[in-house]
Amino acid sequence: MLEVSNLEVVYNDVVLVLRGLSIEVPDGEIVALLGANGAGKTTTIRAITGLLGVHEGDITKGEISWQGERIDEDDPSSIVRSGITQVMEGRRVFAEMTVEENLRTGAYTRKGAAKSVYDRVYDMFPALAERRKDTAGYLSGGEQQMLAIGRALMADPKLLILDEPSLGLAPKLVQQIKQIIVDINETGVSVLLIEQNANMALSIASFGYIMETGKVVMDGNSGKLLNDEDVQEFYLGLHGTGERKSFRDVKHYKRRKRWLS
Amino acid sequence: MPGFTVVFAQTASSFDVFLTKLIDGLALGSIYAILALGFVIIFKSTQVLSFAHGAVAAVGAYLAAYFVTTINWPGRYFESLPATLSFIISALVAVVVAAGVGMVIERLFIRPMIGEPMFSIAMITIGIDIILRTFVGDLIGQGGVLSVGSPWGILSLSTWSGIIVPHVFIAVIITAIAVVIALILFFRTRIGVAMRATAFDQEAAMAQGISAGKIFALAWALGAVLAAIGGIFSSISPRGFGVTGGTAFFALRAFPAIIIGGLDSIAGAVVGGFVIGVSEIMLGHYLANFSGTLGLGFTGLIPYLLMMGFLLVRPYGLFGTEEIRRV
Repeated sequence: MLEVSNLEVVYNDVVLVLRGLSIEVPDGEIVALLGANGAGKTTTIRAITGLLGVHEGDITKGEISWQGERIDEDDPSSIVRSGITQVMEGRRVFAEMTVEENLRTGAYTRKGAAKSVYDRVYDMFPALAERRKDTAGYLSGGEQQMLAIGRALMADPKLLILDEPSLGLAPKLVQQIKQIIVDINETGVSVLLIEQNANMALSIASFGYIMETGKVVMDGNSGKLLNDEDVQEFYLGLHGTGERKSFRDVKHYKRRKRWLS
Repeated sequence: MPGFTVVFAQTASSFDVFLTKLIDGLALGSIYAILALGFVIIFKSTQVLSFAHGAVAAVGAYLAAYFVTTINWPGRYFESLPATLSFIISALVAVVVAAGVGMVIERLFIRPMIGEPMFSIAMITIGIDIILRTFVGDLIGQGGVLSVGSPWGILSLSTWSGIIVPHVFIAVIITAIAVVIALILFFRTRIGVAMRATAFDQEAAMAQGISAGKIFALAWALGAVLAAIGGIFSSISPRGFGVTGGTAFFALRAFPAIIIGGLDSIAGAVVGGFVIGVSEIMLGHYLANFSGTLGLGFTGLIPYLLMMGFLLVRPYGLFGTEEIRRV
């Protein structure tokens, strides 16, 4: 179980990005973290995976614990070893290296990873198996996303964090990625899914959090969130009642009407 | 320092002279290639332009000279040990110590600068360069020369059909080939792949659990090893007479090789090194008749003239990587 409690993150000693964020990812579940641009979703992942330092960020308050142990002081390498890996936003495959070499970087923390580990990923993504000697930079966007997910699986994670896996992909591919996430979860891996595509995320998650300006403004079972009037209007683009609404009546977090999906 | 040129037998035909000079150029190019490889590895993996590379080469050469000449280690314990073998062991120890020097430099001066602008770090390396050069200069004594010995003999020339090849040329060419093969194999290992990943996208590599700090230390160790090998060979006659205050500047002549090959290209460093080495020797020889007009030091200018020419035509070098994009 991953527990983030009252997390506060500051960039460059001045920019307060997370202000008391608390989320939980129970073992074996898919949890969705939703929110608009700039809400602090990616910062949350960086804090969990120990990559804040790269961006001059610091945890100033709160704690992160994973399976009962605090990890907020750990370096990225030991966090990966402890079983948390991530698929970064924008895929970030090593474009100059081959598909297979990309997978090898994913297996870095597992010295002498067996062939079966590679086979598992190739079984899951037959498209990658066909192109294992190809340069990763020449793969299509969908294939690159699969490579990024496969690379993260190479470390044999117990918790997989995905940052916007549907970004920039065609609807058909989004469905495919969605199915892959469900398949991965069924093998016993917990998933923290960060998405702007609320529909997709909530349709597979058991629980969801909605973030605005660095904190959680709403949470609940995904069924509850899907049926919530405000969520429907601002995150799913539905108008349940069909009536016009005055923005004066809605709470502050709902004012920032952003995307429709 | 260009060193002295090989004297030809009276009977040598012009083709034999050409071949002799070509091998001479390849031998010089090997040294440049080894030095350039070290520079490129540091630059690629850590985005640091190390102007201290020449000084590290001088440190490596000094260490070798210290082991070979000053304390005669391990030769003093085994009198029957052939001089060449004794030299190789001393040189290997020197190279390993140089790797440690590289890691210390990285830990003390470069690691704290991670995230600072490239220019600031380059300035720091200039500072390291001055410190190391002064240090080596003091150890040798101002204006002094410390011999690294002549493990392959100054005069032991192999001659067949008029081509004259000092054994040291063969040794350096074999070393360069061995270095390139070793690097190719290294970059396919788990650590090597991790190093390439870090060079390409540091944050993404860290997200895979690769420790960027360890990779940086390793890159500097590798860079220092290659600098030391280059420095040692540049101090053996006929390239040089031993380690002097000028040894560090010899390594600077590998800089044009890097520019010609492309700053971030491993293959470019090798090709650039050979282009510079061969053209320096060849042009030096065939333009020798014009030395009245061009001046005697003209050979030393050739690498830089080539570099300027290349910068005008291909600013990113022969093999400077173009970004891979999907079409």
